[in-house]
Amino acid sequence: MSVVAALLLIVPFLAGLASFAAPPRAGQAITAVSGVASFGLVLALIPDASQRAASYFGFVRVDALSVVFLLATSFLYATVAIYSIGYLPGGHGHDASARYTRRFSLGLNLFAWSMLAAPLMSNLALLWVAIEVTTVISALLVAIEGTDGAAEAAWKYILIASAGLSIALLGTIFMYYAGAQVLGPHYSMAFAPVLASARHLAVTPVRMAFVLAVLGFGTKVGLFPVHTWLPDAHSEAPTPVSALLSGSLLAVSFYAILRYYQIAVASLGPRFPRDVLLVFGVATLLLAALYLLDQRDYKRLLAYSSMEHMGILAIGVSFGAPIALAGVLLHVLAHAAAKGNAFMGSGVLLRKFGSKEMRGVRGGLDLLPWSGPLFLAAVLALCAMPPFGIFRSEFEIVAGGLATSHNGPTVILVILVTVAFLGLTLSANRMLLSRPRPRPGPGPGSAEPGSAEPGSAEPGSAEPGTAEPGGPLTRGEPSVWMVVPVAVGLVALLVLGVHPPGELTGLLARAVAQLGSRA
Amino acid sequence: MYLAPFPLAPFPLAQALPTQAPGVFTGGANVIAVLILLAEFGMLRQALLRDHIRLYMAQSALIAILAVIVAAARHIPDLYVLAALTVALKVIVIPLLLRRLLRETDPVGAAAGGADIAGSGGLGEASTVLLAIVVAAFGFFAASRLGIRSDAAPVTALSVSLSVVLVAFVLMIHRRDVVSQAIGLFSLENGISLAALVVAASLPLILEVALLFDLLLAVVVFGLLIRIHHGRGRSLSTADLTRLRG
Repeated sequence: MSVVAALLLIVPFLAGLASFAAPPRAGQAITAVSGVASFGLVLALIPDASQRAASYFGFVRVDALSVVFLLATSFLYATVAIYSIGYLPGGHGHDASARYTRRFSLGLNLFAWSMLAAPLMSNLALLWVAIEVTTVISALLVAIEGTDGAAEAAWKYILIASAGLSIALLGTIFMYYAGAQVLGPHYSMAFAPVLASARHLAVTPVRMAFVLAVLGFGTKVGLFPVHTWLPDAHSEAPTPVSALLSGSLLAVSFYAILRYYQIAVASLGPRFPRDVLLVFGVATLLLAALYLLDQRDYKRLLAYSSMEHMGILAIGVSFGAPIALAGVLLHVLAHAAAKGNAFMGSGVLLRKFGSKEMRGVRGGLDLLPWSGPLFLAAVLALCAMPPFGIFRSEFEIVAGGLATSHNGPTVILVILVTVAFLGLTLSANRMLLSRPRPRPGPGPGSAEPGSAEPGSAEPGSAEPGTAEPGGPLTRGEPSVWMVVPVAVGLVALLVLGVHPPGELTGLLARAVAQLGSRA
Repeated sequence: MYLAPFPLAPFPLAQALPTQAPGVFTGGANVIAVLILLAEFGMLRQALLRDHIRLYMAQSALIAILAVIVAAARHIPDLYVLAALTVALKVIVIPLLLRRLLRETDPVGAAAGGADIAGSGGLGEASTVLLAIVVAAFGFFAASRLGIRSDAAPVTALSVSLSVVLVAFVLMIHRRDVVSQAIGLFSLENGISLAALVVAASLPLILEVALLFDLLLAVVVFGLLIRIHHGRGRSLSTADLTRLRG
């Protein structure tokens, strides 16, 4: 298995370099192959990780919890890499679009590489380093469009996220201090020994470290009140990057919080860490649900939906019951698939209608024979409709809340999820089920250059065969590459919702045992 | 004359006061820590971007000096390497990159001898400094309540480091230009380095190097984004970054 872990750390990195050096189309093919290969490698890790935790090379550690997050990241990496083939302009030779595509492929691969590296790190300091690397690479990807909005979003993102991560670094240092009192000053901050000796750690530094880690890594998870970068970055980034940000980056940062949670529970007992997560979770869910009701930009809508789901994760962990923890981990996987689908669908809408404003999108179901229904299914999945995976996971979280008599928080959770359901479905309804505009020529939100907001059109939206300014939109898909990965994601959501495979439930059960154990 | 015993008990500093005068090492380390905090306040007041960078250099150099002192007094040879790397990166490379950035984005100001005035925020200078003093005091006294002991450096330095971190936040919030905000973040990182010298002095060198490398990467990306920002708006100000909201 050490080979598999090593390949996971090598393949996406090399694919990034190769796709930058190769011609654009070849680079996209390399990216897609690397994505699918990474997903295969993570699948190969499952049987072993369901049995035991394994360490390799001194700095890599694979256990069930890390494989759950690797699974979510690598699945999105594979689907997004295939989607990008249709999304990006190919370009020939050395023109601007070819340069854009090569830079994009480099960034996408390195971004996925850093997110795959973070859960593999055996060491709390290296975990922090890996998450900081995800920030700097993704900030460049947010800025890659070069519009005013992208530059503004990227600046806010890197400044707020780096400041947040500095707080997390302070937390890491306090955790080192707590560990050094017990394990001697020269221990390497490896996670396993700290957890094993957690009972003997001094209480105050662990408490400090946990709160600082929740606040610091929570900045990247999108927890209230340090979420402010999130809607901007998600809406201004190119669509494949938005999907990765939402489905993987937030989850990987949540993984870091879970590691500190494990140590804190083992050291302080479950009460304090769960209360902290409950407060952050409820505040985040409340804010996101209310913002979902009044959005005009559908990518921002999906960004607030991500915050909603991160709030649900935090609340689910705070319930502490094994079934709630199983729900949380399933939720990570299902949310990655559903949010990836929703963002990829929104990319098709953007390509078709040339506007990020909801009022610019009318008659999506009529005009997009495949992507319209798929986008609708993704939104329904995000609203936790059966038979999709999020229904199962949220059901388990609510069941766990009631089982541990967290009645108040459970009721709040159900009410706020219903509010979010309302916001999401009303908006999707307006965009998809309304009648297409007979002539979407000059008018607000159309593809007419000049009437659309500056910077709202992504490269390629002006390509022939997509949104012709002035003419009526015809029924048809922009690209088959933008449909296939979404269909795959829908199948994954159905599998997670209807009957998760036995290997996966074994993995989740093992990860739950890790999170729930007190030593 | 009889003096009634002054009720010092709720005042945490008083509990931490040593019974005798501190030794040379403790005194020296504390003086350097306080100088680092003063450099942070200097940055808060400094209007010229070039002097802002100079203060950052001085602050980083102080961190390196403190690392050398701790290394010598406590026999932690790794810290010599850390000090050398700190000087190479934070005193030489990062200020060089920032200066080049300033030259590229503001050739006129650079020729005129640094006329690049950093924009200031909604609060007046005096109120900002007062606010910074309040948060610095909060950080100082909050840290002294934690009951953390260290063999490497005096705990007072840890309290000062939390003050540096909080003042750096005030700096980043107060300033309205991208370069000041970036330097604010780097000085925040200096505050954390100071805290690390107290509570994590023996952190393995390889991890320290990873952290510093990470800082370098962040600086490069900050530079790229500052350039993109300047390329869009022909200005370093963040006053026009108000398009995305809701």
